[in-house]
Amino acid sequence: MPKKVVVIGGGIAGIQACLDIADMGYEVHLVERTPSIGGRMAQLDKTFPTNDCSMCILSPKMIMCAGHENIKLHTYSEVEGVSGEFPRLKVRIREKARHIALNRCTGCGDCITKCPVKVPNEFEEGLSIRKAIYLPFPQAVPRKVTIDAEHCRMITEKKCGVCKKVCQAGAIDYEQKDSLIDIDAAAIVVATGFDLFDASALRQYGLGSCKDVVTSLQLERILSAAGPTSGHLLRPSDKKEPRKLAFIQCVGSRDAKMLPYCSSVCCMYATKESILVREHVPDIESTIFYMDMRATGKGFQEFVNRAEKQYSVRYLRSRPASLQAAHGESGVLVTYELVGGTTEQRTEEFDMVVLCPGLVPSSGSEALCALLRIELDKDRFVKMPNWKHPIDSSRKGILVCGFAGEPMDIPDSVAQASGVAARISELLQAVA
Amino acid sequence: MPRIGVFICHCGHNIASTVSVEEVAKFAATLPGVVIADHNLYSCSEEGLNSIRKSIEQNKLDRVVVAACTPRTHEPLFRSVCEQAGVNKYLFEFVNIREHCSWIHAKEPSSATEKAKRLVAMGVSKAALLEPQTEGESNVIPAALVIGGGLAGLRATASLAAQGIETHLIEKEPRLGGLLNDITTLAPYSESADTLLQELVDEVRGSKRAHIHLNSKLRGLTGFVGNFKATLDEAGKKKEIEIGAIIVATGANELQPEGEYGYGSVPGVVTQLEFERTLKRGEKPGDTVFIQCVGSRQPGREYCSRICCNTSLKNALKVLEAGGTATIIHRDIMSYGTVWEEMYRKASEKGVRFIRYTLNDIPHVRSHASGTAVDVFDETLGERIHLDANRVVLATPLISQKDSAEVGKLLKVPRDKHGFFLEAHVKLRPVEFATDGVFICGTARWPSSVRETLSQALGAAAKAAIPIKRGKVVIESITAWADPDKCAACGNCVASCPYEAIEILEQDGKRVAKVNETQCKGCGTCVAACPNDAMQQRGFTTRQLSAMIDSLVKHALEESP
Repeated sequence: MPKKVVVIGGGIAGIQACLDIADMGYEVHLVERTPSIGGRMAQLDKTFPTNDCSMCILSPKMIMCAGHENIKLHTYSEVEGVSGEFPRLKVRIREKARHIALNRCTGCGDCITKCPVKVPNEFEEGLSIRKAIYLPFPQAVPRKVTIDAEHCRMITEKKCGVCKKVCQAGAIDYEQKDSLIDIDAAAIVVATGFDLFDASALRQYGLGSCKDVVTSLQLERILSAAGPTSGHLLRPSDKKEPRKLAFIQCVGSRDAKMLPYCSSVCCMYATKESILVREHVPDIESTIFYMDMRATGKGFQEFVNRAEKQYSVRYLRSRPASLQAAHGESGVLVTYELVGGTTEQRTEEFDMVVLCPGLVPSSGSEALCALLRIELDKDRFVKMPNWKHPIDSSRKGILVCGFAGEPMDIPDSVAQASGVAARISELLQAVA
Repeated sequence: MPRIGVFICHCGHNIASTVSVEEVAKFAATLPGVVIADHNLYSCSEEGLNSIRKSIEQNKLDRVVVAACTPRTHEPLFRSVCEQAGVNKYLFEFVNIREHCSWIHAKEPSSATEKAKRLVAMGVSKAALLEPQTEGESNVIPAALVIGGGLAGLRATASLAAQGIETHLIEKEPRLGGLLNDITTLAPYSESADTLLQELVDEVRGSKRAHIHLNSKLRGLTGFVGNFKATLDEAGKKKEIEIGAIIVATGANELQPEGEYGYGSVPGVVTQLEFERTLKRGEKPGDTVFIQCVGSRQPGREYCSRICCNTSLKNALKVLEAGGTATIIHRDIMSYGTVWEEMYRKASEKGVRFIRYTLNDIPHVRSHASGTAVDVFDETLGERIHLDANRVVLATPLISQKDSAEVGKLLKVPRDKHGFFLEAHVKLRPVEFATDGVFICGTARWPSSVRETLSQALGAAAKAAIPIKRGKVVIESITAWADPDKCAACGNCVASCPYEAIEILEQDGKRVAKVNETQCKGCGTCVAACPNDAMQQRGFTTRQLSAMIDSLVKHALEESP
């Protein structure tokens, strides 16, 4: 019997950890709470600094993960309990009812077309709607629909039943219950990733009150050819192409009162987005309001230089004081202070503003860590207290990779994820 | 007659918004040998793959052409679908109509569509002539080689040994530890670098599976993943070892800023590493000015070296503790993440002075009656200020090792323009080289913090352990072979082969070229070098390539008036 490992979180860190651990011959159970693996990387349009298409490089890994003989996917599932100690941990997984017989659903999508209930689409960051029965995105793995029980009329009101009528595979099961699975795991990997800080909590940034203020992740979706505007850069208020765009860095982050830390990736993704928008609207002018331009990775400073010289991106070191809707509903007035021996305030109008909010440990990760009995640091990331073993949590046999431990970019997450496999192999060799 | 299936991918809007996918599919259906031509929204999605698999079975296809994105990321996926449906995976041909058509010709949809048709026609004509290949398997030597005995190499060695793998660690210097030997404490906390180093060295020395070779350099390497033979020069003695995988952990060096900011001429001006050494010797630093980005983030050496700001923050705090004043003259403070940003805040709160400069007006360092002086234009204040200092610390970037070119050549792995090693993919394969069985970690790849280096070392150790734990590797099938009837034994191929995979041998009384298939990487150089058309490469034979060209010319002739 091969030893088992439970990996929590199906983003790029969790996927890579699964692949390497599985390649070492262990049996891996991947627990992902949404209906598909892929995580945040699946939502990105391109990746810095090479502008590789994000989904294009991710989706082969997702499929490899699903097809690997040593990997078992538990999507739409959560870890509900953990007991025991390394190397004899017991993990209870709740597979939430999808109300779909997975072995029957072919992912044809007939049910989605006919479903009458419209819900804001989380994958599209609320920029479009999805149905109550849905596939989160076209490349979803597994490619099986899910019924959102909270919104399904048949489940909430016993009225409708359209999806069941149209499903030729007979896959719809309104009565389906959650199921519980217990795994005897030798080790656990936490790869729970990040969420965006809710920038609407900071009124001065205008998110929610100014229509043309969007988050950086919304812009990723807008720029994506598969996104809500089919890749056309249109501002929300009047669906016109913006000509003058502002990016605001460190929204909520590097702020002692909110998030004291730096999210590590925003300077670079804003630079990437400022280059990409110019490929969509060739004469667009972008300004990036920043505090320190942190371009510390391979090819990053060159990328910033290219944005500045080749794509005429204006880097302006200033932290805007307020954002307000311009005349009518369209456009945004940004008020900021000029740096350099003056305290002059200036107000400049932009067609659209992109906020780069601080990134926070994903919702629910705190409760999960309590369940796992592992410590958090003061910023609520998983604490990794051992210098020699920088991917070990405070509890033996529970490892961490990616953003769950501290803010980092994709390659650092992937390197750590592979590292987790080595660490597990070390630990298990010692008790073999 | 072959039975070819052609599958055109929309790639969502990526291809379909420019190239008329339906038109290409309709055209493909008319090509000789094609029994089915279909299109999918995302061929690589589960649904797309299933539909290809079903189509192969239903239409009894024996050749598959997918026109989609790039083989670099997606070829293994489509090959495996062919295999699942019972078609030898080498009977699959990939046509790239995204990078080569829709993306590059986004503004010319009709020409992009025409080009896509021609590329598909070429792919189909090649597919008709494809031949099945069998993949050999080879055993893996259950041992690894780690090059470099600094932090990265030590951690990788410790990991491999702890995983039960015989590991040879080679270090060119007489002692282990590399740059870590010169460091006082590990930022942002006050852990001693010596303690970490000693623990790692003890672990490696204490492991019966780890074999340390000091004063040793790699002199030669032959073989392939699972079966490498390395020649070492160990303190002047030649030694050969056999290993299954290799980790490059050769580290980096600090730039010596000769002639800049008074280095070498003004007393008290030192580099960061020299400063660390003075702290380690217990010298009192006094009033200290740090100048960031010396020799980096400027024309000639554009990159940011990632660790220098954080090192200055750490040392500035040490200066304060020792009773001196500390000023950091910088362009941007690169304290990314949680711990570094916290250290930045702490430094500000404790009284470290921060002055921002720009490349248009750089600080000036000169001798002064009472020591050293720095004149700098403070961008925030908008005025020029004067600072007296006992020490001026120049934060210079990490640069690649002098011998990295040599190591790269021996291992046949690439480096970037700065001399750092180039990983297989900057996003998703950070600790691997494109060459199978060779891995990379630490500052040999890019400047990285201690924690990052340790994580990467573990990552590389995992990757190196995988083939060894599996015990078998698959041998490349796309290799070259020489037709003995045409070969004149001229030796051009032998001279051109970068992998030393070809020899001239006596066969049936005739001298002919012979390719060692386990060593051949299928690069095709020998095929181009052969004047007699004797050298052929599987999957790219002259016949197959000629058929592609013929198809292109035929379509061009049909269209020209």
